[in-house]
Order: sequence, then structure tokens, then C-alpha cells
Amino acid sequence: MSRFERQIILNGFGIEGQQNLKKAKVLLIGAGGLGCPILLYLAAAGVGKIGIVDGDTVAISNLNRQVLYGENDLGKNKAETAARYFQGKYSDIKWEVFPEFISVENAQEMISGYDLVIDGSDNFPTRYLVNDACVLLGKPLVFGAIYQHEGQVSVFNLGENACNYRDLYPKMPTATEVPNCAETGVLGVLPGIIGNLMALEAIKVLSGFGKPLKNKVLFFNSIASQSYEVEITPNPESREDMPASLTSFEIMDYELACEGVKQLTWDEAMSKMGLDIAFVDVREPGELPPLECTGLMKIPLSTFPDKLDLLEDAEEILFFCQSGIRSQKAAQQLQRDYPEKRIYSIKGGINALKTNHS
Amino acid sequence: MSNTLHIKAFGMVAEKIGLSDLSMDHSGDSAELLAALLVKFPELKTLKFTLAINKKIVNGNQEVPENAEIALLPPFSGG
Repeated sequence: MSRFERQIILNGFGIEGQQNLKKAKVLLIGAGGLGCPILLYLAAAGVGKIGIVDGDTVAISNLNRQVLYGENDLGKNKAETAARYFQGKYSDIKWEVFPEFISVENAQEMISGYDLVIDGSDNFPTRYLVNDACVLLGKPLVFGAIYQHEGQVSVFNLGENACNYRDLYPKMPTATEVPNCAETGVLGVLPGIIGNLMALEAIKVLSGFGKPLKNKVLFFNSIASQSYEVEITPNPESREDMPASLTSFEIMDYELACEGVKQLTWDEAMSKMGLDIAFVDVREPGELPPLECTGLMKIPLSTFPDKLDLLEDAEEILFFCQSGIRSQKAAQQLQRDYPEKRIYSIKGGINALKTNHS
Repeated sequence: MSNTLHIKAFGMVAEKIGLSDLSMDHSGDSAELLAALLVKFPELKTLKFTLAINKKIVNGNQEVPENAEIALLPPFSGG
């Protein structure tokens, strides 16, 4: 008798389903409220290899829902603590621990060795990052997220004509648009339910048993005990903001994309010149070619935020740099201090000026 | 002829408008419906959400069938 006896005898699952789970390698992003139940059930079901990505440490306020951790784990890394818990419980699972947050730099290396990714993270930049990485690397993604008393679950990028997160939400919400658990509160059972639904979807995808939520998203409301299922179809808009290749993925700034800095082309910027607008070069001294024109201010990004008071009186501000990345950071920083100012970054920076106006 | 849409609001959308179920008389396509919703509930202007008509996500602009069920589905990020 094996520890999987009761699922092997299940009609339709069988030895084959179990062997599929045993062969499978699953990467979990985020070992928090969703990640804990996901790990409990994937480990119990006998998934062969499980990777855990989480750079966060256990806090006392996590304990109402992050059921793998206890009072003795406060301050410890979640990925390491979770893996240690299971190593003492089951001897037949391989564990890989990444005690760090996923980023554009490490995502490919983390994900490429796995068959399936599960996103149990807790913020929009990470959700779009994980989605895009899975699309570009061709990995199925089990998605789940919660808000207060509600949750949503789907399986993205599975097989042919598969939808992904951007087919559902093509435009990134800003970080401040939707509050997180820390701001709104959450009953521990909700991530328990949604995490279990995610574990179930993962087991379906890996074992071939049952029908995964491909091109469907399931909403669940814990207060009303209601669920609602909606069909997703590929959305042409979804490709617009997605990096087209792994090379462009590596230079994406997801935090910035979520903050939603307004961008202008040089033509649009030129049409604003002469109006009452501050025009600011945030490149460091010595960067070429220098740009000289009347009214141009030079505030290198390295001098931020000390020099930001120079812009105190300007109502409309246009930032540019060499390639359009630092100017977005500048715009983002200034916007935080002055939410009422109209702030723009010039798309592509000086490089775009050279190619378009040469 | 009356054309009453049955609207279901989720997450932050339900919270902002203070209702999770409502009826609305409306004729027109999905873009016109969205515009009408933003007039009725200006507090939704700052939120991103996806529309579903009869349990299918709307891509681009689509016809709204008579007496359709409309869902207003914001993204969730929590975990």
C-alpha cells in the first residue's frame, strides 16, 4: 500500500495519473496565503519536484492564513521554512528553494526547468511578470488571486489557442488602484479555498485527470458562497504591452509599468514646447549627445530627490533621458511627491530623437 | 420596448458602487454601455475592470443582446 493508494484507485486517475504527478516539476511563486494550501495538497498528492520562490519572511500577521508557519518561524524566510516543513513529512519529493523574489533577471532561470508554474504572489507587477515569462517560455500557468471576500482562478497558456492573464486584463492596474490584504483584511479561509482550487487545477493539468479551467476564469465569493464562471477568448489588445521576446522581457520594468507613467513621443513633446512646461534632461553630465536649448533644465537622476524642489513651481513637466527608462523613474518619483502635477516621460529618450529626426 | 440588463459587480467595483446586483435599462453596444455605467457611477472611472456579456469576456466593442447578464470584473492581486 502506498501513500497514494486512495487516489490511484480513483476511477480515471489511476496509476497513470500518479506517475504523471511523480514525473512533474512545479514551480510555486509566493509561499503565502495561497501558497501554503497549494503546497500542502501538491506535496500530499505526490508531485515529484516542487520549487518555491519567496523572498519574504514570516510575520505574526501572516499566521491567520499562512498555515504552514507558526510562532517559532517569525522572521524566517518563507520558501526555506516551507520546504523544511515538508522535508520532515515526506521523503519522496525533491525540493528547490529560491529565498528571493522573482524578477526579470532571475525569472527565466527559475522557470525554465519546470513543467508548470503556479502564481500565488500578492501584487500586480509580479503577476504580469510571471504571466509574460510563462507566455514567452511556453509554460502553463495556474493563476489565482484574492480580494477581500472574493477570489479568481484560471489556467493560462495551456496548449493550443490558450489565453493568458493579459487576455483577461490587457491594461495593468496601478498599484494604488486595488488595495492588498494588508490594507483591507482577509479571513484566512478564503486564500485556503482559492489555494485549494489552484492546487486542484495544477493536479488536473499535470495528471491529465479532469477538465482544467483553460480559457475560463472562476470567481468565488466567500460571503455569498457563490461562484461565477466566465469564458475568455484571445484578445488582440493583450499583445500591445507584452514584451515580444525574452530580450525585451529582461529590460521590462514591471513596477514602473504598473505605476503608469504617461509617455509622449518627441513629436507630441515638441508640440508642447514654448508653452509653460518644464523640459528636463535627467541624464548624467557627459552623456552624449548633449542637448542644448532655451529653458532646458538639467537634473541628473543621481541628484534626485534632493534637487526636486527645483520643479516645485512647474505644473507641467517633461522628462527625457538616453533611452526613456530613467525618465520614467524620474516621472514616477516626482509624481509621488506631487500627484497633482502633469508629468510626462519622452518615449525612447534621445535615442528615439536620433532615429526619428536624423 | 424595454431592455433591462442584469448587472453583477465584483470586487472593488461592487465596493465602489455599493451594490453587487442591479438592473439597468439600456440599448446600445458594449462601448455605449460602459460609457453609460461611468456616467451613472463616476467613481468607476479610476478603476480598470473587464466586462463580460452573458458570461463571455468582451474584447473590443460588441453588441449587447437584449436582457443580457453583464458582469463587471476587476482584477485581484492578493495572495
